[in-house]
Amino acid sequence: MSNSVRGNYLLEGLRRLGSVALFLLQLLAGSLPALTRPDLLLKQIYNAGARSLIIIMLSGLFVGMVLGLQGYDLLQRFGSEEALGIAAALGLLRELAPVITALLFAGRAGTALASEIGLMRATDQLTAMEIMAVDPLRYVAAPRFLGGVIAMPLLTAIFSVIGLYGAQLVGVQLMGVDRGVFWSQTQGAIDLHDVSEGMVKSLVFGVACSLIAVHEGYHAEPTAEGVGLATTRTVVASSVLTLLLDYVLTAAFL
Amino acid sequence: MTSPPSAQAAAQAEAVVAVRDVHYAIGGRQIFAGLDLTVRRGRITAIMGPSGGGKTTLLKLITGQITPDRGSVQVFGQDVAALGRGALYALRQRLGLLFQNGALLTDMDVFDNVAFPVREHSDLPEALIRKLVLTKLQAVGLRGAAHLAPAELSGGMARRVALARAIVMDPEVLMYDEPFVGLDPISLGVILRLIKQMNTALGITSIVVSHDVQELATIADESYLLLEGRVAVAGTPEELRTSQSPAVHQFMTGSAEGPVAFNYPAPDYATQLLAEDDE
Repeated sequence: MSNSVRGNYLLEGLRRLGSVALFLLQLLAGSLPALTRPDLLLKQIYNAGARSLIIIMLSGLFVGMVLGLQGYDLLQRFGSEEALGIAAALGLLRELAPVITALLFAGRAGTALASEIGLMRATDQLTAMEIMAVDPLRYVAAPRFLGGVIAMPLLTAIFSVIGLYGAQLVGVQLMGVDRGVFWSQTQGAIDLHDVSEGMVKSLVFGVACSLIAVHEGYHAEPTAEGVGLATTRTVVASSVLTLLLDYVLTAAFL
Repeated sequence: MTSPPSAQAAAQAEAVVAVRDVHYAIGGRQIFAGLDLTVRRGRITAIMGPSGGGKTTLLKLITGQITPDRGSVQVFGQDVAALGRGALYALRQRLGLLFQNGALLTDMDVFDNVAFPVREHSDLPEALIRKLVLTKLQAVGLRGAAHLAPAELSGGMARRVALARAIVMDPEVLMYDEPFVGLDPISLGVILRLIKQMNTALGITSIVVSHDVQELATIADESYLLLEGRVAVAGTPEELRTSQSPAVHQFMTGSAEGPVAFNYPAPDYATQLLAEDDE
């Protein structure tokens, strides 16, 4: 690869990064008026949040159950299977719930956002709004962005609770860990710091995933191929960025 | 700027849209090269030209979606390219645009689509909005379709709903982008009559962009034929029909042969057919 080609790739990458950063500023500016339109915002929280509930709850349950099995297997080797509650709760609250929720969110709500906005672009709906003197950034993009940012911590909290229940289901009901020990140890070991780490992570992931989805949809080529590409990019970029940010945030919290 | 002879009588009518020496290129292709035209208040102005001739681009220039590389586009005396966002949005509230595909918002029904601009730009009570929307839907014959989703409409119906939406704010200028394409004869007649009625009854200045010469001839007060990025001829539809210019004659008669290239530039036909296949 010649230097000029490498340079072009670098420039293109920088240009995209700049465009996303600028778009974030525009979205934040548009978010203030969007907050005064609870009807628009509630609809988007419903779309991004409530409609993702089933997949989040199901995944949370199974992830918790797997944690219960694996955790029990590991802990009983050291004769400390009572610590299963702590292991599951810490793993879920600080790591698994925010990360897996973000990955699922990117796949379910992120793709829906990107393709919906991309199709609105392709069918001239955004242009029609501009012509009617309604700013599509404020009417379409900002409420969807905010809806995603608000929905993500809520979904993460639900994932954690259901996951913990799943771990308890396997650990207590199946493997015979004492119920009282399971819960009292969990209660004693978890403090606010653990909960806030998960919530901060989910909030950051919410901003990242919603921003990418809305940005890709809003700037999609107005063709079938363009909308498809925007959807793919949303999932890929959101997933990679979530995992990268997770490392940075974990390092910052430890 | 030289006015077309027929327009001189009406020269007193205020120029609502004035396009002066506009140059515009996109992707290295020159769309306009010195375009000059005037749209006067209360008249139906037809913009005709071949596909890809920049007719839709002209509407984008008038609504400020794009800005010219050179020259100016003035709407209500304001230079569109020089307007800030607030002033541009204020200007757009006085304009209406009917999209070729309707561009209805797919997440709301027909009623809400027509009510959309009113709800966004006014604090009218819902009861009044309801009456207003039903009146406009009645005007396009779709009052009974108020509860339908855009996906349930045919192409012609969607365009009529879009027309109701475009007139709900009572714009001073209404622009139509290819309003006759793909319409059945009944819908076409209805749309033609509506354009005329809105012009005569409400005094709305109309800009109709189309290549349907015959349909336009029945309603237009003034016509501009765009060829190669500029106005090839201006005048009444009758003057266009009797024009001696070979290019205008070719366009009006729909002939493939003439100064306007129908074929995309290609190497010599016989040479290409008879060339030996190297592979």
